[in-house]
Amino acid sequence: MEPAIMVRGLDHHFGAGEARRQVLFGLDLDIARGALVVLMGASGSGKTTLLTLLGGLRSVQAGSVRVLGREMAGASATALAGARRRMGFIFQAHNLHESLTAVQNVRLALDVHGAVPQAEAAAARALSLVGLEDRLHYHPARLSGGQKQRVAVARALAGSPEIIFADEPTAALDAENGLAVVALLKRLGAARGTTTLMVTHDNRVLDLADRIVTMRDGRLMPA
Amino acid sequence: MALATRLLGRLPIGWLQLAHRRGRFLAAILGVGFANLLVFMQLGFMGALTSTVGLPYAALDADILIQAPDANTLTDGSPLPRQRMLDALAVPGVAAAAPVFMGKLEWRSADGSARSLDVMGVDPRLPSLRALEGRRDVLTLPGAAFIDRATRNVPPEVFAGLDAGTPQRFEFQGRGLTLHGSFTIGGSFSGDGWLVMSDQSFVTLFRNRSLPAPNLILVRAAPGQDVPALAARINAALPGPDAVARPIATALARDQAFQTTQRPVGIIFGMGVLMGALVGIIIVYQVLSSDVADHLREYATMKAMGYRQGFFLGIIMEQAVVLASLGFIPGSLMAYGLYALLTAVTGIDVLMPPERLLGVFAGTVVMCVASGALATRRLARADPAELF
Repeated sequence: MEPAIMVRGLDHHFGAGEARRQVLFGLDLDIARGALVVLMGASGSGKTTLLTLLGGLRSVQAGSVRVLGREMAGASATALAGARRRMGFIFQAHNLHESLTAVQNVRLALDVHGAVPQAEAAAARALSLVGLEDRLHYHPARLSGGQKQRVAVARALAGSPEIIFADEPTAALDAENGLAVVALLKRLGAARGTTTLMVTHDNRVLDLADRIVTMRDGRLMPA
Repeated sequence: MALATRLLGRLPIGWLQLAHRRGRFLAAILGVGFANLLVFMQLGFMGALTSTVGLPYAALDADILIQAPDANTLTDGSPLPRQRMLDALAVPGVAAAAPVFMGKLEWRSADGSARSLDVMGVDPRLPSLRALEGRRDVLTLPGAAFIDRATRNVPPEVFAGLDAGTPQRFEFQGRGLTLHGSFTIGGSFSGDGWLVMSDQSFVTLFRNRSLPAPNLILVRAAPGQDVPALAARINAALPGPDAVARPIATALARDQAFQTTQRPVGIIFGMGVLMGALVGIIIVYQVLSSDVADHLREYATMKAMGYRQGFFLGIIMEQAVVLASLGFIPGSLMAYGLYALLTAVTGIDVLMPPERLLGVFAGTVVMCVASGALATRRLARADPAELF
């Protein structure tokens, strides 16, 4: 079976003309389905750029990126949006919708697939997975930083994505909650075959990773 | 909420975003309502202008009017030869005809208060105003007149005296007139009310006018006559270009068109409608585009989740329709209130025809959707690649 992610000869540049600057240099990377992979590297090493390219949030300039068997290079905006519906994103800042309650925020991830029967109940189940079953109807303003991040995790999981991209998901959490979130991602990977690619500096979660990939100056370091 | 969710097939995010900031939401609703009110007021003035123009026409006992060709309104035409009345009477199908003289009079009181009166001189032997039937012989008395009951700014004791059967004597421009009774036409934008007297009294009061030259000839058709065809036959029978016969409905329509498009008041009200719509578009655009700007990060997140452009357009349009609908409620209620106030103060009926309510509501929705379409240009700045 094809790996969840298959990258070949990926280059990327920012800027134009004189200011043009290369940030990724000929990356090759395979990530197996169901794996929990941690991506490490100093800031400016190109982790975030790689994550946005894999997640279809940025257009591929040169090289090949195949995610879930689909080529991302040259894909239209509509095709990229379609591909993203099979992914879940957890951002460093929770990025919850302030006008929506916790359960409504999670529903957003379900509604993108069209009318889902029992969407509210499914969203509530996702929230109970992260231990927030008693905060369903709270607006983000009334949740603590850790609770908001857990809502964001529930939102990423609710749509049953095949891949989860997470950028420092534990940064806003204390040690215990952070570990719990990563353990949850790991458990889901095992149960549902969800692949997780996580950027983190948090050494406590490294033990849970199936594999650690390190970047330096836009290049992947040999394992 | 549940209903909205079912109707939209998604959470009513636009509504939730608006409702989340109550103060701003309320201000936006009032802003739209205010724009509605502006448009309603201008349309109210415009409608009052058109309907007051029709009041004296409705009072005339006539099917066809003969006027000088330069006449734009009921009162502004040059005098025409009285002979035209006889010409018209000779046309088969004409049952009766009567001359009418038109003039204007300032009625000033000793205390400095003044009313501007439109004066009609009629032949008391012929029917010309429906309201005077049965008592036009009173007008044969020299200087006798009837006054419009709806005349603005008349001392109340005048009508009280008339009701008690006491004639009221007044000096008009140095000549004595006696009011013997009242009738009702209603004031307009150019005059406060009407005065009716005999043609003899009229030419005595207006010394530059003479009996052989009235302003207007009223023609009544025999029963069963086709009025436009009869008017055409009269025009064919009239000897020269000094008079034109028109069905009274046509004359009224011309008058209304003239007053609303050629005269400054009509043009000013028309501009007012445009300004109101413009203010509304600006208010709604301001609200919608700042709402988009406030939620760029959330929209970017939803883009990352796989939502497409059309989804966000839907949210903005949802907000546009919500603002249009909720703003319309206070806007139309305030308009009803101000219409009633204007009617009470000016004596001019400012009414709300149902088609105006529908039209303004439809216009509001269009205005809000247009603003929403402008506001969506900001969406392009929601770039999910900036989120990590």
